[in-house]
Amino acid sequence: MSDKQFYESLDEVEPGHTFLGSNELVLNMGPQHPSTHGVLRVILKLDGEKVNGLECVLGYLHRGIEKVAESRTWTQFAPFVDRLDYTAAVSNSLGYCLAVEKMLGVEVPKRAQYLRVILTELCRLASHQIWLGTHLLDIGAVTPLFYTFRDREYILNIFEKYCGARLTNHAFRIGGCRWDAYEGFSKEILHLCDDLLPKIDEYRELITGNRIWLQRTKNVGYISVEDCRSYSITGPVLRASGVCWDVRKAQPYSSYEDFEFDIPTGTASDTFDRYVVRVEEMRQSIRIIRQAVEGLAEGPIIAKVPKVIKPPVGEVYVSIEAPKGELGYFIVSDGSAQPYRVRVRPPSFINLQALEKMSKGSLVADVVAIIGTLDIVLGEVDR
Amino acid sequence: MVQQLKSVYGSGICEATTFAGQNYLVVDRAACHDVLRTLDEQMSYHCLTDLTAVHYPKDALPFEVVWILYSMSANERVRVKARFADGEEVPTATDRWAAANWMEREVYDMFGVRFAGHPDLRRILLPEDWTGHPLRKDYDLQHQDTDWVRKNLGIESGQ
Repeated sequence: MSDKQFYESLDEVEPGHTFLGSNELVLNMGPQHPSTHGVLRVILKLDGEKVNGLECVLGYLHRGIEKVAESRTWTQFAPFVDRLDYTAAVSNSLGYCLAVEKMLGVEVPKRAQYLRVILTELCRLASHQIWLGTHLLDIGAVTPLFYTFRDREYILNIFEKYCGARLTNHAFRIGGCRWDAYEGFSKEILHLCDDLLPKIDEYRELITGNRIWLQRTKNVGYISVEDCRSYSITGPVLRASGVCWDVRKAQPYSSYEDFEFDIPTGTASDTFDRYVVRVEEMRQSIRIIRQAVEGLAEGPIIAKVPKVIKPPVGEVYVSIEAPKGELGYFIVSDGSAQPYRVRVRPPSFINLQALEKMSKGSLVADVVAIIGTLDIVLGEVDR
Repeated sequence: MVQQLKSVYGSGICEATTFAGQNYLVVDRAACHDVLRTLDEQMSYHCLTDLTAVHYPKDALPFEVVWILYSMSANERVRVKARFADGEEVPTATDRWAAANWMEREVYDMFGVRFAGHPDLRRILLPEDWTGHPLRKDYDLQHQDTDWVRKNLGIESGQ
């Protein structure tokens, strides 16, 4: 076959056909790979630079948290959930406490609810800052990482002052909060909000107009609304596809109905839109925090709950809007002091399943961008 | 909704109750797949939020498989539960929801419940050649597949 004939024959080939035939390249990425955000292992099936398929290999961080729950009391298990999504420990804690409170039928005092909102929104900010910094680092921009981690430090300082821990805080207890706001808490947080808003603009100036960033993210990792439904995708990834759905609005918990905030949505459902949605979410979080600090009423911070918690026989499913998506707890009680079953619905795990769908047909470099845009935490994927 | 389902499936719907303000349906194992289809196609429960299982070793049908569905238009959740015997195959939901793929693999990994019609039913969190299913109640908390550890990690004690 002459060269001319060969190139002409290419036109007849169907899209998706591999020219390499049996020479498909199988490439292992991870578990020790800086762009997989922990210990995710991806087996790529490549045709040159093009991804024909991929498979995620999970479990490198599996600690059996759901099994551990069955041998602890309801109270003792609470600190464990912080180790799921360790970049947003407070959210996990909130979800678990809400689930147990729902089962007990406990009404959490208003002050505790507001404190919870303040801390979880701060935590969303911190989580999105980690996401932004590392996502850009994966794509090749090193500088924003220093900006976002610098600003995240102020949030961690507040956590440290509030409960003594920076990362896995265990800030909440079943029935309310363990600690009241410290002296100067409100002032410090309002100050932080004032500081952070211009910094979010700064991120935007650094990133949004950057041509490399635009080329690496526009039309990369597209997923349709129908696929989002089929894959049960939630959180910013769903909202970037144009679906205006957020657990905080759909099924408000912990007094979220008291606050005014918007749900940012995208239209293109690509990596760039997910970035825009998350950055806008940070602004909305600041809006919520300001309202919550202003509305923080005096009063008790924890409801009256028995020392030994024994929920009635039954089961509940309670979910919250964690920074990564819908974080749910399905808990079953047999009436004893220990959980019969605790199932965590991890948003990272479920969103990660769409990685193959989103990366098929794209380039290897885009897989890195798509893993970043899904915003996964392996502690939560593997549990 | 319950009435409508009952008129179609009769005794296939064993129980429809509310606990702590949350609705759930206990369905016969033979009807579970059809009930899920009806809920999805006719009652707007288009999202499979979660799929999991609970082990009740003392019961005749020890494995309770739970599907948590969500309807975005009605903003309602419903749980569908069905009991299965040990070793019995559960009809897969992967034909309806792509999300069910990994969820069912996890249930298989943790409980040893097999799903009929699943395209790729392998372990997901534990290694493929691990023995035992950890979330079964008879699997001890400290139990470890010592042979696997010895063979793959080279730790002599296996712990």
